[in-house]
Parts: sequence; structure tokens; C-alpha cells
Amino acid sequence: MSLMAKHAVIEKNSIILLIGILLVIAIGGLVEIAPLFYLKSTIEKVEGMRPYTPLELAGRTIYVREGCYVCHSQQVRPLRDEIERYGHYSLAAESMYDHPFQWGSKRTGPDLSRVGGKYSDQWHVAHLKDPRSVVPQSVMPGYAFLARTPLDPSVLPAHMTTLREVGVPYGDEEIANAVADLKAQANPDDAGVADLQTRYPKSIARDYDGNPAELTEMDALVAYLQMLGTLVDFKLYDDKANLR
Amino acid sequence: MAHEDIDAVTGTPTTGHEWDGIKELNNPLPRWWLWTFYACVVWSVAYWVVYPAWPMISNFTGGVIGYSSRASLETDLAALHQLRGAKAAALADASLEEIEKDPNLLAFARAQGRAAFGDNCAPCHGSGATGSTGYPNLNDDDWLWGGSLAAIHQTIQHGARSGDPEARENTMLAFGKDGTLNHTQIVQVASYVRSLSGLPVEQGVDVAAGKQIFAENCTVCHGEDAKGNQELGAPNLTDRIWLYGGDMATLVETITNGRGGVMPAWTGRLDPVTIKSLAVYVHTLGGGK
Amino acid sequence: MAPSMVRKTMTFGEGGLAFVFVATALLSIVAAAKAHDAPFAFHAFLAAAASVAAVFLIFRSYFSRPAELPAQEIDGKPNYDDGATKFATIAAVFWGVAGFTVGLYIALELAYPWLNFDQAWLNFGRLRPLHTSAVIFAFGGNALIASSFWVVQRTCRTRIAGRLAPWFVVLGYNFFIVIAGTGYLLGVTQSKEYAEPEWYADLWLTIVWVVYLLVYLGTIIKRKEPHIYVANWFYLAFIVTIAVLHLGNNPAIPVSFFGSKSYIVWSGVQDAMFQWWYGHNAVGFFLTAGFLGIMYYFVPKRAERPVYSYRLSIVHFWALIFLYIWAGPHHLHYTSLPDWTQTLGMTFSIMLWMPSWGGMINGLMTLSGAWDKLRTDPVLRMLVVSVAFYGMSTFEGPMMSIKAVNSLSHYTDWTIGHVHSGALGWVGFISFGTVYCMVPWLWQKRQLYSLKLVNWHFWIATIGIVLYVSAMWVSGILQGLMWRAYTSLGFLEYSFIETVEAMHPFYAIRALGGFLFVIGSLIMAYNVWMTIRSGEPAALPARPAMQPAE
Ligand code: HEC
Ligand code: HEC
Ligand code: HEC
Ligand code: HEM
Ligand code: HEM
Ligand SMILES: [Ca+2]
Ligand SMILES: [Ca+2]
Ligand SMILES: [Cu+2]
Repeated sequence: MSLMAKHAVIEKNSIILLIGILLVIAIGGLVEIAPLFYLKSTIEKVEGMRPYTPLELAGRTIYVREGCYVCHSQQVRPLRDEIERYGHYSLAAESMYDHPFQWGSKRTGPDLSRVGGKYSDQWHVAHLKDPRSVVPQSVMPGYAFLARTPLDPSVLPAHMTTLREVGVPYGDEEIANAVADLKAQANPDDAGVADLQTRYPKSIARDYDGNPAELTEMDALVAYLQMLGTLVDFKLYDDKANLR
Repeated sequence: MAHEDIDAVTGTPTTGHEWDGIKELNNPLPRWWLWTFYACVVWSVAYWVVYPAWPMISNFTGGVIGYSSRASLETDLAALHQLRGAKAAALADASLEEIEKDPNLLAFARAQGRAAFGDNCAPCHGSGATGSTGYPNLNDDDWLWGGSLAAIHQTIQHGARSGDPEARENTMLAFGKDGTLNHTQIVQVASYVRSLSGLPVEQGVDVAAGKQIFAENCTVCHGEDAKGNQELGAPNLTDRIWLYGGDMATLVETITNGRGGVMPAWTGRLDPVTIKSLAVYVHTLGGGK
Repeated sequence: MAPSMVRKTMTFGEGGLAFVFVATALLSIVAAAKAHDAPFAFHAFLAAAASVAAVFLIFRSYFSRPAELPAQEIDGKPNYDDGATKFATIAAVFWGVAGFTVGLYIALELAYPWLNFDQAWLNFGRLRPLHTSAVIFAFGGNALIASSFWVVQRTCRTRIAGRLAPWFVVLGYNFFIVIAGTGYLLGVTQSKEYAEPEWYADLWLTIVWVVYLLVYLGTIIKRKEPHIYVANWFYLAFIVTIAVLHLGNNPAIPVSFFGSKSYIVWSGVQDAMFQWWYGHNAVGFFLTAGFLGIMYYFVPKRAERPVYSYRLSIVHFWALIFLYIWAGPHHLHYTSLPDWTQTLGMTFSIMLWMPSWGGMINGLMTLSGAWDKLRTDPVLRMLVVSVAFYGMSTFEGPMMSIKAVNSLSHYTDWTIGHVHSGALGWVGFISFGTVYCMVPWLWQKRQLYSLKLVNWHFWIATIGIVLYVSAMWVSGILQGLMWRAYTSLGFLEYSFIETVEAMHPFYAIRALGGFLFVIGSLIMAYNVWMTIRSGEPAALPARPAMQPAE
């Protein structure tokens, strides 16, 4: 049997077997992944995408830490029921500063990619503290501890420096002012709000957790939720130019 | 290798090797297995021809039918439009009043409103629009900002304290926090508010003083008779329908720290026709004026 | 052993490893002192304690061993070394019970959300990755390492390569699990599904895994059999590919070398593709290729029948590992991953169907001539039913890869049903069967403490799986249909929250199924315990003396 005879070579030499395996498993990954880095059509041309503000970034870190992605997707598919329920389908451009991506794989709760601006801060705070107080049928866990946990802004410059190393376009100015920007965004009366908004267009300064006395993790998480999906300007976006 | 070894049970030759007592039969590949595998390969190749599939140097093979999942969304939406039919167009053109007068159009608008309500409004106003603490019940005829079609439409379009330039503004002031009233006065006026709807008042509280305080501080918004003012979103305080609650603790809290619930603006997020349908839906829930 | 003339000296391995661990202990203490966050400090302390313990163990084994190193062969028979295998087998049972219990708990949380108790470390978001890692990596991983060490020695007729290295692999791997698991509870995660551990755990795993590869390969290289047995092809593909996947998916830059948080270098759509290239092939190479390695040894061994077709082994092995790698994009259908990539993911998943079934055919047909054994041997029955479940989920998988089907199934409980028919039925049952085979062999007992209890385990767990999987199929399809349902007038029929409400009964049934599965695993733990404690010693003329557990 010729197949068997030929295969005996591999079967008798562990190094050939090993190299054979490596070659065979390399192909698929290379063909599928490498082009995503060089094909221009992969990431759409959009207006409005910017890196996260320090407060939003802090909120995103909490989102990751608490594992919200295990129940919530951030990826609206181009299917009619989804765009009716959640809004415009997600673009690759919308997650280009996400390290790592938060598309999710299970919707125990609704998609969150466009939840920004949909509800009030008060609602989010009440909902996160005790979801069933506002939505009796909810199965979401309560996160009351977030409102009790102070947020430490001093770590943000290091986070942003690291993100810059992996390609997020934070400038020196953004990093130098990270702590000030973070505090400004959690306090609408702060003198730094105007500077924050020039550095981060469309960012909104509010006392997100309704507790002006303290800067908490709740402030950060709600700030993050309230910006989700609000950056890309869909009035200027050309659907037809970005079919792929 | 010698092929002499035959498996006694099946009569099939083995390959002659043995590992820790395990041998291998030299059976051929099952035919059905091989052919099904080939069929899957052929199907895949055909699929690559038809659909976008292989990356190239500067582009990818687009497939002969020019398929794109984003483009086929347009087709699906067109089909949806088809399904909704002429009524959708009629709905877009009709005024709110016209919609309510035409039973067909009304049913259609209510169906659209009901669907949009479930995913956008129910988280705050409750599944049956029955409201919850801080979020008004939309079934009753007690309105903060007015129960006419136009008023409801306006509220939904621009929200309340939502940041939208045309939003309903005005808030319940924080009389305690800003020092206008002290705690005793707040207890007095709160007791007076309770008395307005016939609720029992704690013994020893000077309700008459409360009445005086109310007249001086509250009537601008809530009116002489405390029946509220829909121009200002000030609720009726005599009807035992509470937004936040009518027990003493809540009333003291309301008057001390003020209130100002946020209702988001929906213009921009929902299309104008959906907002119209929502207005009609809410108006016809039971309490519309 | 006879007193030896050789002067007792420390080997290079013993001395070197002890030195390395002294250095890690010091480094960990420095890291703990300078730590930026509490979980990192805690992990650094654990690392310091583990390093000290490792130094202690190395010295203890040095002082208690004879001057001469254990022989490769005794009386012409290989002197197998099963110490590390025993440890990993017990660890598999332990982590299995723990991981299933956490699974039961999160299942209950979805049915009765007050069980989250508003505690950070108890909430669903943190416990779910604990469950997935505990069952896949802790339970499955230990079963794979234990069985691979057993199988590679027997099928190569040689003692395992290295003396401390196998122990390093097993203990190092379990230390990784402890770091990963406690990390999740403390909120330390990269949020990459099935690769959640943070950068320092990833680095440690890389070291452990390379040693695993070296031990495995080293054993194959010094084999006494001319041919490498098919089980070893699969094990080898599993070990090598997991290494490649781990390195591709996890590159990250830590915010500080003294803190737990890091940022993955990939972002957005490319990160998504890396993630599911990894995630799908974690299924393909960890949960499939690795466990097929188990199947190719334990099914023929237990059935005492030859493997059905050598040619099928060859063809399906190469086809499987080649095609699997391409299928990752079926986790990203209709997302903002470009269409061309989705097409490749879908078509390669379809082509993967038959190569997957090649394993099932080889497993089931090996029984020809021995089907009657299923009636009398519940262990063999468990192994065979696992292969049937494997066939079922590798039919369902390609079906769910079709874009039209996936547009319904994605994001729903259907995926969860698919996962658990594979996970409980295939991975779970084949591991149980393996444990039942190996425990008497490892501890040299004539037989298991009780085959009747195995039978009970089999039936209770089977009912559990049926309840679990059918509940999730119904709820998943219901959920998918409700999300896309339109009224006759053309408007969405259900709000999201109505679909959440509709899931409740199925979540309760699933929890019941999970409860039965946990009970089954407890029965197994008891049976294993009693076999080791009180089973009749094997009457065989003693195998070559085993090394005492070091
Ligand atoms: C056990 C699963 C689960 C987890 C974990 C979870 N959620 Fe939810 N979430 C739900 C469910 C179910 C709903 C829908 C019911 C409701 O509104 O509470 C929901 C709703 C929401 C909504 C409202 C979305 C909308 O459009 O109505 C937001 C915002 C939200 N969750 C944020 C979060 C955040 C932030 C986290 C993590 C800190 C989180 N969730 C964790 C299950 C979960
Ligand atoms: C973030 C929570 C929230 C959401 C979501 C929300 N509302 Fe409201 N809504 C409120 C609050 C709070 C008020 C009361 C405003 C006030 O106190 O003046 C209100 C008031 C209203 C009113 C006026 C009631 C009155 O008595 O005058 C209407 C009508 C209304 N909402 C309809 C809707 C509709 C329709 C939707 C969905 C498209 C919606 N709401 C979504 C919070 C919400
Ligand atoms: C500037 C206008 C204004 C003044 C003055 C004012 N209110 Fe109000 N009041 C409001 C508005 C607007 C609301 C509704 C807040 C909301 O919708 O969130 C309200 C709400 C309330 C409520 C809550 C009703 C409920 O259903 O829970 C009470 C009680 C109340 N006011 C009492 C008073 C008393 C007592 C005073 C005087 C001491 C007073 N208000 C003065 C505007 C005013
Ligand atoms: C007692 C037995 C088990 C129970 C009750 C159980 C329960 C659960 C639950 C409730 C979830 C979360 C589902 C969701 O988010 O909706 C889950 C996820 C998961 N479980 Fe289990 N599980 C069990 C055993 C296992 C085993 C043995 C394995 C693997 C060998 C496994 C692998 C997984 C995986 C991979 C996921 C994630 C699925 C996904 O993200 O799509 N489980 N399990
Ligand atoms: C030919 C074989 C298989 C194919 C083509 C396949 C295909 C799929 C598909 C299409 C999904 C759903 C992805 C989504 O919509 O999100 C999926 C999910 C999954 N499958 Fe399979 N499957 C196969 C075999 C298996 C086996 C044998 C197991 C387990 C032992 C398994 C474990 C999983 C897991 C854990 C997930 C969930 C991933 C996640 O979202 O977290 N699969 N598979
Ligand atoms: Ca998942
Ligand atoms: Ca990782
Ligand atoms: Cu997959």
C-alpha cells in the first residue's frame, strides 16, 4: 500500500512528524489573518472615532474586569431585526482602539454597542446597583459595590502609555493631562471641561454616579456605557462605499 | 512488513504492528465517508466561486454574484418595507390626529409603537408602561408634561432634562440643601402635602405652618391648589399618585434634595415615524387627553 | 535496592532546578513587595511559596533517593514512571468536581439571579470564566496530561523522558490553574474567552508547555517501537498547536511589571480573528485532537479489539488538523469581520465534518466484534457513548457554521447546548472512562472498587446531559426565533426582556441536569477514592517496581 509506505517515513521520525504538523497548521491561520492587516477594505473610513477619554478607559477596564462581555455583545450584525432593535450594524472601525475587542459571543443580555445616550445616568446607576429594581424580569447581577469603590485616577497615565505602545494614538498632551481630564469629566463644574472636550471631541462631563462627593468606579463605568456607539458620525458614513 | 496477521473475529488483516497490545486493522476508507468528504469539498469550491472568498494582494475574490452581507441587508429591509405596505407611507404623511381618527392607521401605528416601546421605553417605564419609582406611569391620566398628543410627542422627541436644546427643563428645587428651608419646615410642608390628598399626618406637626410655607415656596410651580402645572412639569400633589413616593421619608428627601428625572430625547436615535407611532401608542394607553 | 557503589551526587537537573526556584522565590518576593495591586501581590506571594515548596521537594527527593538514578529498564522491561500521572489523575477528578459545581452554580444564577448576592467575586461575570477554565483546562488538561504520560510510555515502550520534568509539567500546570482561577475571582482577566489569564500567568504557562512538549517529544524519540502510534500523533498535534495558538492570541504589554493589568497588542477586528482562530482551535486541538489521542488508546485497550482502520487514521488525522485551523471565522459570522473571511470559515467547517467523523468511525467500529461488552462493562459504555456524542457535536458544529443557521444560533443558548453536548458528552465521558481505566492500573489494583457505581454514574450523568442539552436546544432556538419574530404588520414581536423571561424554565431544567452531572462526578470521586484506599492489589506478577511518588 503506497500511502502506508510513504506515511511510514513520518511515522518513524518524530521530528518529521512535528515539522509536518507545524506546516499543516500554519497555512490556514496565515491566509486568514495576515490579509486583515494589509487589505485596505478591512477597516472602514469613518468620521469621529477617537481613543477613549481617561474616565471612559477606566470604565472599560471595569467592564472587562467584571466580565460584562460574557452576557453582552458589542456587535450588531447586519440583520434587519438587529438593526431595528439596536441601531446601525457595527463597523470594524468602531472597535479599532479596543485592546482587546469586546464583541462577545453570547447575548444573555441585550447588545450594548449603541447603548450610549439611550438611558439616563440615574437609570444606569439604579440598574447597576440592583437591576431588578428597574427591570423586574432581569437576570443580571447587581453591582452595588461599584458605587462604594473609589476610583484611583493616578494609574491612568501608565495605562494610556501602554495603549500608545500597542498603537492607540494618545499624544503626550493626553497622557500628561490624564488625571486632570479624568477628574474634569466626572465633574461638570470643573474648570478643565473645555480642555477635555478639545482633546476628546463629543466627550461629556457629568457627575455620572449622582454622588458629587466621591469619584467612584460607578462614575467610570457609566461614563463608558454612555459613550458606547456615539462616536462614528453616521450622517457622514457611506454604507455603499464600505461593502466587503 | 509481513501481512500475515489476520484478526480472528473479523477476518481482516492487521497492519502487523502492535503497541501495548493494540493492533490496527487494515480496513479501507469507508466509501460513503470518502464520497461525502469529496462532496463537501466540491460544494465548498463552488461556494468560493459564487461568494467572496480568497484574499489576494490588494483585494479579495468577490464571487460571481457580487454578494455582500451588508448589501443583502438592504434587500431584507426592502422586503420589510414591502410587508408593511402602503400603511407605512400613509403613516409617514399623516398628522398625529389623522392617525388616531383612522382605525386602520391607528392599529398600525400602535403596533409599531408597541414594538418600539418594549426595547426602548420599558426598561424605565416598565413592561406594561406602569412606571416605577421616578419613572411615570403612562397608563393613567395623570401627566407631568401634558397628556395631549402634541405634548406627549414633544416629550418623546426631546425628552426631559436630557440635554436636548428643546427638552422639558425645570426641576424640583433642593429646598433643604440650598438652605431655603430648615428640617422642621420641611417636615411641616411635607405633612401639609400629605394632608392635601387626605393622608394621615403625624401628631404634633404644625400643618398650618406647612401650608404657609407651601404658599410661599411651592405654588409658583405646583399652583395655588397644588394641582400641579403641566407647563412646568410640576406634578399634581393632591391625587395620591406619586412619582417618587408619598411617605414622609420620601417627601422629606424630595423637598430637601430636589428631583429632576431624566427622560432621554429620542430624536436621532429613533426615526420620526417611529416616534410618531410611540406618541400615538402612549396616548392611547388609557390616559390620553 | 542494593547498596550501590556510586557516590551520591546531585544531578545537573536537580541542582539547576533548585537554583532556578530559589531565584524565582526571591524575584516573587520582590514583586510582592513592589506590587501595584492586591491580586498581583497575592499571586506573587503564591509564587514565592510555591517556589520555596519546589526547592524543598527537590531536596527531599534528592535525599530520599538512592545514589543511582532509576533505571530505564529492569529485566529488559521498561521501568515506567507514573508518579506525575497519578497526581494529574487525582487533580483531574478534583478539578472536575469543582468545575462542574461552579457550572451548576452559574446555571442557578441565571435561573435565580439573587444568588449573585451582590458580591463581586460571586457574580456571574467572574464565575463563568472560572467555570470554563476549570472544566476545560483544569479538568480536561489534567486528564490529557495524565493520559498522555501513561500512553506515550506504553506505546513507546520506554520510560518517560526526564525525572523531574514530568513533575514540573504537572505541578507547574496546576499552579497555573490556581493563579488563573483565583485571578478570575479577584477580577484579573484579559477578557479573551478561554484565554482570560493575565500576562504573567500566560508567560508561566508558556514555560510549562514547552517543557511538556520536550518531555513528550523526548519520550517519543527514545521509543523502542519502530512506529509512532496514532494516539501520539494526536497528542503531539495537540501539544504543538496549543503552543502556537497560545503565543498568537496572548501577546500583551503589561501596564507595569509589578501589576496584573496588560493590554493585548491586537485590536478590534484583527484581535477578534486572532481570538477565534485561537478559540475555535482550542476546541479543535485541546478538546478534540487531544481527546482523540485518549480515544485511540483507551477504546481499543478497553474493548481489547484492534483499531478499525489504519488508513482512516492517517487520512483523517492530516485532514483534521489542516482543516480545523481555518474554521475560526464561524464564530464571527455577520460581524464586522470581512465577508471573505467568513466564507472561508464556513466552507472549511463543512469540509471538516467528515475528517471529524473519521475519528468517530474509527472509535465506534473498533467495537465490531465486541459490542456485547457494552452490556457488561459500564466503563467501555462510557467511552463509546462519548464517541457518539463526539459524532453528534461534530455534525451539529458544521451545521451551525452555515451562515443562515448561525444567524439564528449565534448569541443564543443553542451555542451553549452545542458546547455542552461536546463538553459533557464527549470530553466529560471520555475523561471519566479514562480515569476509571487508569486508576486501577496506576495504583496496581485488580479492579475498580465498584463497577455498579460506575453504572450509576453513567446513567445519572446521561440523564443530566439529556436534560441540559435538550433544554438549551429548545431555549436557544426559541430565543433566536423570538429575537427575529415579526408580527403580521411587520414589526418586532417581542422585546428583549420578554425573551429573557421566556428562558427561565429552561434555565431551571438546565440547572437540574447540571445537578445530576455533579452527583455523577461525586460518585466517581468516591469510587476512585475507595479503589485507591481499599481495592484488592493486582495479583499480577508485580510490574517493575514503580518509583515512589516523589
Ligand atoms: C448574567 C448576565 C449579565 C451580566 C453578567 C451583565 N448583564 Fe447587563 N443585562 C443582562 C440582562 C438579562 C439584561 C436585560 C434586562 C435588564 O435590562 O436588566 C441586561 C441589561 C443591561 C443594560 C441595559 C441594556 C439595554 O439596552 O436595555 C445595560 C446597560 C447593562 N446590562 C450593562 C451591564 C454591565 C455594565 C455589566 C457588567 C458590569 C453587565 N450588564 C453584566 C444580563 C447581564
Ligand atoms: C432613562 C429612562 C427613560 C426611558 C428609556 C424613557 N423614559 Fe419616558 N420618562 C422618563 C422619566 C424620568 C420621565 C419623567 C420626566 C419628569 O419627571 O419630568 C419620563 C416621562 C415620559 C413621558 C411624559 C409623562 C408625563 O407624565 O408627562 C412620556 C410620554 C414618556 N416618558 C414616554 C416615553 C417613551 C415613549 C419612551 C421610549 C421611546 C420613554 N419614555 C423612554 C424616563 C425614561
Ligand atoms: C421650580 C418649580 C418647583 C417648585 C418651586 C417646587 N416644585 Fe415640587 N416639583 C417640581 C417638578 C418639576 C417636579 C417633578 C420632578 C420630576 O419629574 O422628577 C416636582 C416634584 C415634586 C414632588 C414629587 C411628587 C411625586 O409624585 O413624588 C413633591 C412632593 C414636590 N414637588 C413638592 C414640592 C414642595 C413641597 C415645594 C415647595 C417647598 C415644591 N415642590 C416646589 C417643580 C417645583
Ligand atoms: C455540571 C455540569 C455543567 C454545568 C451545570 C454547566 C453550566 C454552564 C453554564 C450555566 C454556562 C454559561 C452559559 C451561558 O452563559 O448562558 C456554561 C458555559 C460553558 N461551559 Fe459549562 N457546565 C457544565 C459542565 C461543563 C463541562 C464539563 C465543560 C467542558 C468540558 C463545560 C464547558 C463550558 C464552556 C466552554 C462554556 C462557555 C460556552 C460559550 O461561551 O459559548 N461545561 N456552562
Ligand atoms: C466539526 C466540528 C465542529 C464545528 C464545525 C463546530 C462549530 C461551532 C460553531 C459554528 C459554533 C458557534 C459559534 C457562534 O455562533 O458563536 C461553535 C461553538 C462552540 N463549539 Fe463547536 N463545533 C465543532 C465541534 C465542537 C466540539 C467537539 C466541541 C467540544 C468538545 C465544541 C465546542 C464548542 C465551544 C466551546 C463553542 C463555544 C465558543 C464560544 O462562543 O465561546 N465544538 N462550534
Ligand atoms: Ca462564548
Ligand atoms: Ca491570556
Ligand atoms: Cu468553532
